[in-house]
Amino acid sequence: MSSHNANPYIPFASQILEIVSHTNREHTFRMAFTGKVKPGQFFEVSIPKYGEAPISVSGIEPGVSVDLTIRNVGRVTGELFASFGVGSTVLLRGPYGNGFDVSLYENGECVVVAGGTGVSPVRGVIEHLAHTTDAADKHVIVGFRSPEDMLFRADLERWAQALDLTVTVDGAPEGYVGNVGLVTKYIPTLELRDPATTTAVVVGPPAMMRFSVMGLLERGLTEDHIWVSQERRMCCGLGKCGHCRIGEKYVCLDGPVFRYDLSKDMID
Amino acid sequence: MGFELSREGLDRVLTELGESYLLYAPVLKVGEGRFTDADVVRYDYVSSVEQIELAHKSDYAFKELLTPLSETLFFFTENECKVADAEARKVIVFLRACDLHAVKRLDQMYLANGPQEDWFYRRVRDRVAFALIGCPESFDNCFCCSMDTNVAPEGWLFSLEQTDDGYRCVVADEQLTEVFAAQAVGEAAFEPAHVSANDTVVRVPESVPVAIYQHSMWDEYTARCIKCGRCTISCPTCTCYTMQDVFYTDNGCVGERRRVGASCMIDGYTNVAGGGQYRRTACERIRFKVLHKVHDFRKRFGYDMCVGCGRCDDICPEYISFAACVNKLADAVDALAAQEVSADE
Repeated sequence: MSSHNANPYIPFASQILEIVSHTNREHTFRMAFTGKVKPGQFFEVSIPKYGEAPISVSGIEPGVSVDLTIRNVGRVTGELFASFGVGSTVLLRGPYGNGFDVSLYENGECVVVAGGTGVSPVRGVIEHLAHTTDAADKHVIVGFRSPEDMLFRADLERWAQALDLTVTVDGAPEGYVGNVGLVTKYIPTLELRDPATTTAVVVGPPAMMRFSVMGLLERGLTEDHIWVSQERRMCCGLGKCGHCRIGEKYVCLDGPVFRYDLSKDMID
Repeated sequence: MGFELSREGLDRVLTELGESYLLYAPVLKVGEGRFTDADVVRYDYVSSVEQIELAHKSDYAFKELLTPLSETLFFFTENECKVADAEARKVIVFLRACDLHAVKRLDQMYLANGPQEDWFYRRVRDRVAFALIGCPESFDNCFCCSMDTNVAPEGWLFSLEQTDDGYRCVVADEQLTEVFAAQAVGEAAFEPAHVSANDTVVRVPESVPVAIYQHSMWDEYTARCIKCGRCTISCPTCTCYTMQDVFYTDNGCVGERRRVGASCMIDGYTNVAGGGQYRRTACERIRFKVLHKVHDFRKRFGYDMCVGCGRCDDICPEYISFAACVNKLADAVDALAAQEVSADE
């Protein structure tokens, strides 16, 4: 199984090794994959008759598998949920995109702010931070719409032991024990010793990213220390189909991970 | 070397070329236009010079040969993929200077954007060569001189243009010299005709400030543009496509994956699963398209995407002029810069 076919449009077959269900409509599919891949990169999941959908890598076991955490919201993902199970073979292309360079965040203070399925692309980053020697300096804020929408529960419990983790939900039924409020609510109270050298990673819906970055800048972080990951329609992942272009940048080639100062003027 | 040929002589040349090449040229299609009794000039395969429309600009560009509106990439049989077969014969495409410059833009996108070449584009591109149609005069809406695409010094095998009593060809490919010389009625040293001024003059701004994205200059297009995408379909430099799966059987095990032409002007272009969409309004789409043609592409690759063929202006059912829009853009950029200067003082 190779990620480099002579013809990059031809997908390769990958077996589903395991399926972890987070919610009714969000599952992590552990796919056999032996090639090189980074957190924040993505694969095109290719189901004949239904088409292709770009899905970011939410976990990596080098030389064995990649995790694809998928929400059942479209044609391709609907078919994946309906007709594929452990042991089934799925066609994939990729990985594509630049991905996160985790070495940028491992030294010193770092803040990760992620919302909803935006946790998927940064899961590998958080995992890396949880294993650093100064993990107490790593602050992670993850938000979900409601308690039922929470992803990666087992990971959240582990991360809470290793680093400074805040889990919040936008809204919850009465009696819910835990943080309620948007992720941005927790940025002003982060205990940062030196914001000017602190790095940050922000991934989530567009409005959440915009306000989170504003909050971080207010705390004194610099624009060139913040990275965001963008999501756009992509048909090819190869820089040809044109759908993901913003200005002179192609999200599939130059991103999806962008340094904030280099991408803040990207206007759809 | 330049040759003068009679119609019969040129036909004999084309017949001889036809032994090694398919000939793909603009053809006047009588009554096949977009309105009743309207004609259209589209590309098609030809075998004689009579079929080639030299007196008018083609309404649609040559690009369908390189990037078909619908192209089967491969066939599925369950999880097996078989790449679609392709025409093997070489092709000579007859086109004008602006369109030859457009080929460079298509190559840029499909062969040099990103680390990998587009496999399917490379396959067709390798069997295509070009013949330059000379332009003795500018057509309506042409602004090639503004875009520096009025002259095509290289990249063609031979040129072709009509004269009062026949045809003139400049042969650049030495292997073809003999073929033309054998049929020529005269020889002379000349260059292919090119336009050196257009009625339409476009001023492209050197750079564009961020403030232009929110500028009121775009607003009028929300009312005028119907988002039909004709401008992008007729554009020789637009390259976007969307994947499309097609199945033949109700058991869903046999089918094909195609790519089909896409347009940033048309609804659905940016749709993501879950309902997300960018650039809902026509004015945002016009801004996105116009800035791509005269700014964004240059920022990435070093030269402008637009080649000034004017087909978008020819075809727009709402009489929106791209050329006028770029000039408005240049004026707006100047005005913003002047504001900044006066604010500094």
